[in-house]
Amino acid sequence: MTSPPLVNLTIEGRRVAVAPGTSILEAAKHAGVLIPHYCYHPALPVAGLCRMCLVEVEKMPKLAPSCATAVAEGQVVHVHSEKAREARQGVLEFLLINHPLDCPICDQSGECELQDYTFAEGRKDSRYQEPKRFNPVEDFGGDVVYVPNRCILCTRCVRFMDEVAQDPVLNVSERGDRAVIGKFEGADLTHAWASNVVDLCPVGALVSKDFLNKARAWELDRAASICPNCTQGCNVILETRDNVVVRMRPRPNEEVNRFFACDYGRLNYRWMNRRDRVELPYVRQNGQLVAAEWDRAVRAAAALLGQGRAFVLASPMLSNEALYLLSRLTRGNGGAGVFRVERGPEAPLPGVDDLALRAERAANVRGAELLGFEERQAPLEGVQSGDVLVVADEELAGADPAGLAAAAARAAAVIVVGTTLPPWARDAAGVVLPITNFAEEEGTFTNLRGRVQRFLQARAGPGVARPSWFVLSDLLGARGERTSYFLASEVFAAMAADRPEFAGLSYDSLGLKGAPANAGQLAEAAP
Amino acid sequence: MGYPQKIHPRETPVLSKHFGDAEALTLQGWRARGGYAALEQALGMEPAAITNVIKESGLRGRGGAGFPTGMKWSFMKPGDGKPHYLCCNADESEPGTFKDREIMRWTPHAVIEGCAIAAYAIAAETTYVYIRGEFTEPLREMTRAVKEAYAAGILGPNAMGSGKRIDVHVHKGAGAYICGEETALMNSLEGRRGNPRIKPPFPAVAGVFAQPTTINNVETLAAVPAILTNGAQWYKGLCLGSPKSTGTKLYSVCGNVRYPGNYEVTMGFSFKEFLYDLCGGAPEGRNFKAIIPGGASVPIMTVEEAEGAVMDYEGFVAAGSMLGSGGVICFDDQQNMVKQIARLARFFAHESCAQCTQCREGTAWMTKILERIRDGGGTPEDLDTLLDLAEQMTGKTICVLSDSCATPVISGIQKFRQEFEALIPPSRSRVSTAAVATAVA
Repeated sequence: MTSPPLVNLTIEGRRVAVAPGTSILEAAKHAGVLIPHYCYHPALPVAGLCRMCLVEVEKMPKLAPSCATAVAEGQVVHVHSEKAREARQGVLEFLLINHPLDCPICDQSGECELQDYTFAEGRKDSRYQEPKRFNPVEDFGGDVVYVPNRCILCTRCVRFMDEVAQDPVLNVSERGDRAVIGKFEGADLTHAWASNVVDLCPVGALVSKDFLNKARAWELDRAASICPNCTQGCNVILETRDNVVVRMRPRPNEEVNRFFACDYGRLNYRWMNRRDRVELPYVRQNGQLVAAEWDRAVRAAAALLGQGRAFVLASPMLSNEALYLLSRLTRGNGGAGVFRVERGPEAPLPGVDDLALRAERAANVRGAELLGFEERQAPLEGVQSGDVLVVADEELAGADPAGLAAAAARAAAVIVVGTTLPPWARDAAGVVLPITNFAEEEGTFTNLRGRVQRFLQARAGPGVARPSWFVLSDLLGARGERTSYFLASEVFAAMAADRPEFAGLSYDSLGLKGAPANAGQLAEAAP
Repeated sequence: MGYPQKIHPRETPVLSKHFGDAEALTLQGWRARGGYAALEQALGMEPAAITNVIKESGLRGRGGAGFPTGMKWSFMKPGDGKPHYLCCNADESEPGTFKDREIMRWTPHAVIEGCAIAAYAIAAETTYVYIRGEFTEPLREMTRAVKEAYAAGILGPNAMGSGKRIDVHVHKGAGAYICGEETALMNSLEGRRGNPRIKPPFPAVAGVFAQPTTINNVETLAAVPAILTNGAQWYKGLCLGSPKSTGTKLYSVCGNVRYPGNYEVTMGFSFKEFLYDLCGGAPEGRNFKAIIPGGASVPIMTVEEAEGAVMDYEGFVAAGSMLGSGGVICFDDQQNMVKQIARLARFFAHESCAQCTQCREGTAWMTKILERIRDGGGTPEDLDTLLDLAEQMTGKTICVLSDSCATPVISGIQKFRQEFEALIPPSRSRVSTAAVATAVA
């Protein structure tokens, strides 16, 4: 298959060659020129109605909507000509006449495209002397509130629900300047992916109830991350305010989640802020767990590991790095690694291929499998007397605590490496090593399609807790292994050298969009 | 005098010949008046030959844009494996226009015959007649006539025994002005919100149900049988002005005029003679002040401009306006133009589909300013603001509703500025500043 020749055109004096059929707006992105726009979104059908992206194309009689105009050979496009700028200024003035200008109390302030373009190119004054249109705020159901007075009727939300979620709940009701986004009788924004309309809304018209009045956009710190709440591995941004995670939003990745994240995933972030954390290392002394220095606790744990084969209960929420190091604890001593996965209903997003809230509600199930861990419904049943049970950040929530405590008591020794100390392990634990959680450390997950993706640290961990990979490499070192890893990337490099599934990968090659794990090895490893 | 009055001797009744003749309504009566002979003739011709006759006749779209009908038909490519559609635009909503209504009320079979000939010529399997929701009587007559035509075998799987299938469906709109815009009409027909679509693609490529579609106005299609019967040369000969405008045109005349009604005259007729000789001029004791010659969307003419105009596509443009839909709205010297223009703007603000920003916000804003001026609350900068808004609303949107709202405002302010200024009180702020200055001194 030969691709058709590229189309050459000039945008703002920059030459660019793009595939035939590309819109001028997309071609301009290639040329590094942002054409201001509202209704256009790369994931939605073109509507061409906000008229913000009008550009001057030489030899065309009228300004052209760049989102709906295909490139043509030899075209010369002016984005910042006087004519185009005046048209944009006109659109901005029209959009603002009925806008409440309530930026000081609007959640979108600071990340609002109406605000941005108005500051960049809008009029400095208003000529509007008439009363403003007013419509009351409406609860759209789900996590979404509609503030019609801020709405610019770009219809991104309507098109998302129609074409991507394929659950036509929203519409444009009424005509002329009375028009508002409406909800069909009896319908609610309860689709599992409905909250994406909040991200798609370029202004503050659709806002999240969860985030409402929680923070100003400029107070947030942001970290590129991966949604840990299912095996899909949607790319996200974790946003924190004063070291507290307050919002999780999708980060575009064409290969995984396009521009979207489901409601379950994005709203399930509060556990990252848990306050009942283990903050210090503990060692059992005279029957009591007492706080200890890191060195002493790690040495004590290493000593316990010498008592028998290691039986590792790992959380499938742990990073590849942590799971890899845990897998090394079971080597050469007949040990085993198990994990348990919580499951829930699947919820696909019909308009995007292979994108769904997956049944497995943990980020790294595939990674755990690739690194030799086996899934068990009742993982502690395999604990034999004489085993050293290593509980790696797994609380086994929902299971019968008495049964779990009995299984723990069966082990020769119990080591807890975790963010919390599960009640059922409290009596049996010989050593407790506090680790940071997913939001507090760096690492990688492997999603259900075998894509390895990095996540970055978003907040600081509590007390003296250390990153999981750091604690585990110390523990392996205390066991006499060579583990001089000072960065998560070095653990990853060691794993790539050791495990064929990850061969050839590195933090540099993964970047922030990830890459597939070694395909050939994956095929063999697949069940 | 045009219908409902007697036909004036200077009219050329082709479409309006049977207006008021109740017998022409029935199939039997229509046949007695030569009806369906043209369809029979057409079914014996090659489709391309019919299109050529229409091209040769010079017939142009009567809905307002004036696009050559034969050329439009030739854009259809029969045999491309797709379904083809013909739409008859009967959503006549342009303020001041009521010609299609009369055509459908009195000669529904002429519309059906025109549709059938066009459908055959462009190989459209299905024809939709989209009738404005408020048109109860035309809807009733059209529905009845279609039923008659099916019962007589004129329409259906074997149209007039030709072996060709010609289907005509009558569809009732829900009363939105914008659904007269061809792509909005198609969306509405499909059951969607009646929003105009971005063009390209044009209807000939992707129209109704995304299939190749031709859309013609009622008056255009109703003229087709006569052209076929009498020949292209006859139609072409109906021309007093520009050779690019041929045939007859129906004008709906309303407002401050002695004999309102529908008049059919040959293209190129003198507008002055039309207004005074046919329509009887302004009511007793008054004089014309302004004329809108082609429905609310075209520029307002002063009476001087109107008196110098020639009634065809080119003639009205040369006189500073447009033929449009042929809806002639007359204003006499008793009228306040600010009030009239504010009323027009309110109509467009009400009917904007709310897609494009300039139209949604601009039409409503203009209305508010105009009504404020009308009510005595104008400020000196209002007129500049209005002209600036009009500029922003012209040539920047998906369809021309926005332009249509701006047009009477621009032409109104240009031609009747003194009426606006007379309503705007002297600036209060300037007075008070002067008073302060005096006080300080």
